[in-house]
Amino acid sequence: MSTVADGAAADVDTDTAAGTSTPDTAATNPTESRNRLLSFDSVSMVFRDGTHALDNVSFDVHEGEFVTIVGPSGCGKSTILKIASGLLKHTDGSYELADGNLGYVFQDATLLPWRTVLANVELFDELRKGDKAARRATAMRTIETVGLKGFEKHHPRRLSGGMRMRVSLARSLTLDPRVFLFDEPFGALDEITRQNLNEEVGRLFRERRFGGLFITHSIPEAVFMSTKVLVMSSRPGRIVATYDVPFEYPRTSELRYEPEFARLSGEISADLAQWH
Amino acid sequence: MRRLGTIFPPLAVFAGFIGVWYLYSAYVLDEAERNISLPYFHDVVDVAFMNGENRGELLGATWTSAWIAAIGLVIAIVLGLFFAVLMSQARWVERSFYPYAVLLQTIPILALVPLIGLRFGFGIPARVSVVVIISLFPIITNTLFGLKAADQGHHDLFTLHKANRFTRLFKLQFPTALPAMFTGFQISAGLAVIGEIVGGFFFGRGATDLGNRIQLYAARLRSEELIGAIALSAALGIIVFWFFGFLRTYFTSSWADADRA
Repeated sequence: MSTVADGAAADVDTDTAAGTSTPDTAATNPTESRNRLLSFDSVSMVFRDGTHALDNVSFDVHEGEFVTIVGPSGCGKSTILKIASGLLKHTDGSYELADGNLGYVFQDATLLPWRTVLANVELFDELRKGDKAARRATAMRTIETVGLKGFEKHHPRRLSGGMRMRVSLARSLTLDPRVFLFDEPFGALDEITRQNLNEEVGRLFRERRFGGLFITHSIPEAVFMSTKVLVMSSRPGRIVATYDVPFEYPRTSELRYEPEFARLSGEISADLAQWH
Repeated sequence: MRRLGTIFPPLAVFAGFIGVWYLYSAYVLDEAERNISLPYFHDVVDVAFMNGENRGELLGATWTSAWIAAIGLVIAIVLGLFFAVLMSQARWVERSFYPYAVLLQTIPILALVPLIGLRFGFGIPARVSVVVIISLFPIITNTLFGLKAADQGHHDLFTLHKANRFTRLFKLQFPTALPAMFTGFQISAGLAVIGEIVGGFFFGRGATDLGNRIQLYAARLRSEELIGAIALSAALGIIVFWFFGFLRTYFTSSWADADRA
């Protein structure tokens, strides 16, 4: 575990969340404890221009959890991911991120247009100067995992929006991430493509057991994907409600038509409208 | 058929241009005027290109202009890339150097000619200097623009994976800049030819180039050869422009947006 407190980095080496001083009911009971992978404790963020983006945000992501944050646009949802990944420094509070690789998929696929699908998927390991032979094998395998076998030599220009997102997913999957951040990755896609990719990520989540933190403003997407949904208020963003999503995995598209699915979505929707 | 469609319109315009030229020479000018300013098109072809001696003179001069321009352009590309990379690395470097890059563009080259002559003599090094000065600016600006045009999302990726400055430069900024860089080279290549010929007007020592020839033909009222030399200057400019356009297409068309290729 590395601890980042008050915006200053400090490394604390303990194997599990149980060893840290922050009290947590799951962590204090060793028989029940699952590894805590990401934890925000009263994190606030005020930008230099005075914009108050986040106010006292606290939540945890454990191993085997897929947490989704829904909220109105501009409420600071993406800021949470930028802080978690270290791209931004928060102004108050503290957060902890488990050791291990971090996956991070942006709103845009952000593929390098001059690289082929294969070269794009190899990029992260290349930047980390990993082993060359292993890199190629991992990339080929991952491309197959996301259903793009045969497209290795294509340039991004020739791919559809959904396929580009798959490449972006594959690129992060090569790192076998322990925590996987998703910043509204399917917002620009059509509904069918979006639902397919929702199922795809659900499948990867079951297989790879990463801790997922997903941002969206689509409530059905949030309920379909997650084990837990957090509702955020508009700026400054605060977590105003938490919902546990009880559905079993694997989840298929029929789930979207279950009464319980509709009920939960309706409840979250009403909550969100209240805090808009 | 599509090829025909791209070739025919400019050919028609060329034919129209030659037609207007004939009309002007025949009906506006009298014979004396015609001989010293604008002879008929077929006379130009006859004297400048069908006469072996004249053709040899002109083609030799074109070759000289081509290699002097090429040396200057290569030096300008090396210097231009160096300064563009330097300026892309820190705001303060850009702020320090950029005004002088602009200055390079705004000083009339003719004003610098005496100074260049005094320093480098009146031979080939002086002509190369003129080429370098005149073609440096588009390379610097286009490359710098390209290096700074990398997407913020791409920069974030490189930050997340702890890429250093050089990795970022070579794996992100240079590829991003490639189409703009080639556009800069293309503009500069045309300017290099012009710079070489302007240089030739003032610096005649060493090999004889198109600038030297143009000056000589004008002084001796050899209009046919003068027009031939002008046509070859234009042709040389077009060839280098095409060459860099071809390079850009070759290196970027498989991935770059169609509107930039």
